[in-house]
Amino acid sequence: MEFILFTLLNGLSYGLLLFMLSSGLTLIFSMMGVLNFAHASFYMLGAYFAYSISVNLSFWVAFLAAPAIVAGLGAAVERYGLRHVHKYGHAAELLFTFGLSYIVVELVQVTWGRATVQYSIPAELDGPLFTLYGTSFPIYRGFMMLVASLMMLSIYLALTRTRVGLVVQAALTHPSMVEALGHNVPRVFTLVFAGGCGLAALAGVIGGDAFVTEPGMAATVGSIIFVVVVVGGLGSLAGALIASLLIGMVQTFAVSLDYSVLTLLTALGIQETALRGSVLRITVAQMAPMLPYMLLVLVLILRPKGLMGTREG
Amino acid sequence: MSELLAFKDVHAFYGKSHVLFGVDMVVNEGEIVSLLGRNGTGRSTALKAAMGLVAATGSIEFRRETITGLRAFEIARRGIGYVPEGRDVFPALTVEQNLILGEKKRRGVPSKAQWSLDDMYNFFPHLKERRHTSAGVLSGGEQQMLTLCRTLMGNPDMILIDEPTEGLAPRIVDLVGEYLIELRNKGISVLLVEQKLSIAMKVSQRVYVMGHGSIVFEGTPTELLANATLCKQWLEV
Repeated sequence: MEFILFTLLNGLSYGLLLFMLSSGLTLIFSMMGVLNFAHASFYMLGAYFAYSISVNLSFWVAFLAAPAIVAGLGAAVERYGLRHVHKYGHAAELLFTFGLSYIVVELVQVTWGRATVQYSIPAELDGPLFTLYGTSFPIYRGFMMLVASLMMLSIYLALTRTRVGLVVQAALTHPSMVEALGHNVPRVFTLVFAGGCGLAALAGVIGGDAFVTEPGMAATVGSIIFVVVVVGGLGSLAGALIASLLIGMVQTFAVSLDYSVLTLLTALGIQETALRGSVLRITVAQMAPMLPYMLLVLVLILRPKGLMGTREG
Repeated sequence: MSELLAFKDVHAFYGKSHVLFGVDMVVNEGEIVSLLGRNGTGRSTALKAAMGLVAATGSIEFRRETITGLRAFEIARRGIGYVPEGRDVFPALTVEQNLILGEKKRRGVPSKAQWSLDDMYNFFPHLKERRHTSAGVLSGGEQQMLTLCRTLMGNPDMILIDEPTEGLAPRIVDLVGEYLIELRNKGISVLLVEQKLSIAMKVSQRVYVMGHGSIVFEGTPTELLANATLCKQWLEV
């Protein structure tokens, strides 16, 4: 019983973290039509900046400053990079973000080294939040969930209750009409790009210490968030939320299931020594890293526009 | 009457295809001008060029200032409104949110007329009934009313309207006609691209006919109707 509850909570907190990343990615995609390959790089930068700031000042300064710095970087990348590349088409934009992701990895290695840095959870958030049947749930996981939920609520309110939010929503589908009504759409693009990067960095701030801060972290999470936005439906925030939670749950549950087809057969009373060395011995836990991509392939075959997507292809 | 919007030797391109070939055209203050012609002759492109939505060479002037090369939002803020063909309502937003997005910052000369949400609702009570409905589920006629009103919310002094009556029932076409006459009464200039000769003839002071990307006729509606050869060559399908 507690296994299910804890796995559910862990899956939920991981899923919410994925949503902090994928929400920005999907908004940027639907507005600019470009899949930002460097999105996870901003997540990594968030974690590294938070590490440096929290070592020198405090975690709480890092919590506010790191996303703000990264949002500023994102704004600069959009304003002085992407906007100029835009006229050469989507392929050029895609290659630009692709190149950018490599530059960021190299810069991170030059600055902080190739090894994992000691970015750890602040002492005041370390410890169990509650203990149930001998298993404890860490405060920090609860903190991650709280931050992610507050972020979700803020995005929702900003998009639906403010004028800028309405402009963003309209520009998601009809950017040139919005501009013809007198709204500075290029500036809205910069704002959304910066906001998306800032959210990714916030995910890095609270994810980097919970997981691991190292130069490979962008690549690891980058491929997962692409799965999230494609499964959820490119451009759909609701889809991104559902897919984030789904993939968070699937992965968390899968790594804790140490069963294989062979275990199942044995349990059913089928003892076949010939099968011992076959693929049937592979456990669900061993397959866990593969599951999101299997989901991706399945969704693309069965429902190419994603769970909540509206656009084709 | 002074010149408000002027096209001077305007060429426009869609990628590699050349669509406008040296268009010269003027809309004066307070004037309704129709741009007629068959489909595919470049009439919509002319409106888009004025709005900065398609690249153009030559010069387009608004209040005798060159606006070619400006971004669409900068042109809009100088006091030009645009109602596209196919309406382009923001489908996920409500009717009222669509209207609110029509409001814009203005630069330069203060606008001729100020419009509020209530003015729009008085104009088309139907929109008031449906103000909390998503614009995407409205009928074609309602969407057209919404787009016309949305642009008016920006208090423009000049409106470019592309095919406002296309595919609409006669009752709605009459409403569009009333809307145009209301604009004329308020002194707002209109450049109207229209397929239906009847409405264009009724509301316009002057008409231009476009053929193969250039202007082939300029005159009053009466002069145009008197010229049977011209009508046959450039207008009749």
